[in-house]
This record gives sequence, C-alpha cells and structure tokens, in this order.
Amino acid sequence: MFDFIYQPWPWYVSGPLIALVMFLLLFTGKNFGMSSNLRTMCSIGGAGKFSDFFKFDWKNQVWNLIVVVGAIMGGFFASQFLSADTTVDINQQTVASLESMGFANPGDAYVPEEIFGWDAIKSFKGLMILIIGGLLIGFGTRYAGGCTSGHAISGLSNLQVPSLIAVIGFFIGGLIMTFFIIPLIF
Amino acid sequence: MKYFKFIAIGFVFGIIMYKSQAVSWFRIYEMFRFESFHMYGIIGSAVILGIGMVQLIKRKKLKNIHGEEIQFTPKMKSVPRYLIGGLIFGLGWALAGACPGPLYVLLGTGTWSILIVLAAAILGTFLYGVLRDKLPH
Repeated sequence: MFDFIYQPWPWYVSGPLIALVMFLLLFTGKNFGMSSNLRTMCSIGGAGKFSDFFKFDWKNQVWNLIVVVGAIMGGFFASQFLSADTTVDINQQTVASLESMGFANPGDAYVPEEIFGWDAIKSFKGLMILIIGGLLIGFGTRYAGGCTSGHAISGLSNLQVPSLIAVIGFFIGGLIMTFFIIPLIF
Repeated sequence: MKYFKFIAIGFVFGIIMYKSQAVSWFRIYEMFRFESFHMYGIIGSAVILGIGMVQLIKRKKLKNIHGEEIQFTPKMKSVPRYLIGGLIFGLGWALAGACPGPLYVLLGTGTWSILIVLAAAILGTFLYGVLRDKLPH
C-alpha cells in the first residue's frame, strides 16, 4: 500500500506539501526563502569587507543554513530510499525537442548527463554552462530580492505585486533561455 | 535542540522537492516549453493553498510558537528591480534547471557537478552586493 511513496509524487500532493513547509516556517517565526542563504554564505566568507550589503549579523540567519542541511539530507534520503527508479516521465514532445539537440535518452536519468555528467563538465562549454547558470541565479535572485520560494510561493501567497512582477521576470528570462539560447548552445 | 525543527523542515522540504521532480532539469525545461501541467500544478496549488492560509493567519491573527503574531513584511515597491532581476534569475533557472533550494537538494542526491553551480551562485550574489549601488532598483 506504500507503493505510491516510491513513485514520483503528483503535483496535487507536492504543491500542498510545499505550502505546508511554508507554513511550518511561518509558525516557527521565520520565512520561506531559500536564496537568502547565498547572501549569508557571502557574509560568513567575509564579503562585508567589499560591500555593506554583506554587513549584517549572519548569526540570525543560521536557522536558514540549518534548513539547507536538512534539504541536503532530504535529497539524499529520497533518492536513496524512497525511489523505485530515477526516470522523469516528461512529455514526448519535450523528449523529441531534446533529442533533436543531441540529448541521449532524455528523462531516463533524473538530470541530463549532457549538462551534469563528468564528460560535460570536463569540456570548456560544459563548465561554462554550469558557471554562467550559477552566476545568473545568484545575481538575479538577489537583485530581484527572492527566488521561486520567496517570490513565487511566499510572495504570491501574500498577494504581493512585487512578487508577481518578479515571477513575470522569471518567465521572460526562462522563455528566452529555453527557446532562443539553449537551441544555440546545443 | 532549538535547531532540530529546522533540520526536520529542511529534510521534509528536500524529500518533497526530489519526489515531485521539481529539482529535475527536465521538468524545468518541459515547464518553460509549456508541455506539461506538472510544474504549474505544483506552484499553482501551493500558491492557492498559501493564499487561503495567509488570509486565515491575518484574519485570526494567529501567533507563532514564540507567542508573537505572525507578520508579513511588504516588499519594497519597484518595477525595474523585480523585472530585470527576475529576468536574470529566469535565464539561470532555465539554463541550470535549478533554483536556490533545489541546488542543495541535488547536492544530497550526489549530483556533484551542482557544486559548481552553487559556487557560481554564491559568486553571483557577491557580484550583486558589490554592484548594487550602480544598478536601477
């Protein structure tokens, strides 16, 4: 009867559970926002010497780093003990589009080898994809004041107009990347 | 022990994110191509439930475990900041197929190359901190 746990969870299970996580954090006196950790890590690393933006008492943010430790453990536990296999059942049209760009067996692994595999990161192009992707994520999320958790989930739940503008921005950027830049890269 | 609850919340979050496949590059690519309802269903149902719960908290003036009323700090009013910053983030989200939370979840799954993305994301945040006075907000 627990078989469903080992299958990928449908959206109507996952979405409400994410709302629950947001509420657990609100009830502990905190907020759901994962990108703040990046700023905290800069601050711990001494970035306050270069910008006042990183001069704050990061000890108040330790709880958020602890959440991150839990998230790493959760990812480990779910992938090791709660999953029958690692396939991702994406739409056949998505598969076809990836195959046309040279991706082998899209969706057979949890993430594409062509981006995250050793062969990919040993090449200059592959390394640049990960580095540029990370730079855009880190720069953009702090510029926008939040990421998917802080704006799309927390902010929209509180009907904040700034978060709606940010989410529109997320989608403009995501669509440009998906339809114009990724086809150029691969 | 006061941190145990945060480990537990993070742990649950990590499991949900992995099992929902929201941390899979393929799901993000599929979402931006509008070829599946999956990601929209996850975010949409979280937000719809979230709106109801936030309204409940505000109307009933619910308190957190420290006995304080739960507060929501409004975000600063601006358009360029959210639109430009959001657009830059969106480019990275679609390229790396992960936003900040999933970076950590993927690390737990043993996708070691995500460490490169994470290190670059920390550097990106640092660059924002250094350049922020020169950017439109």
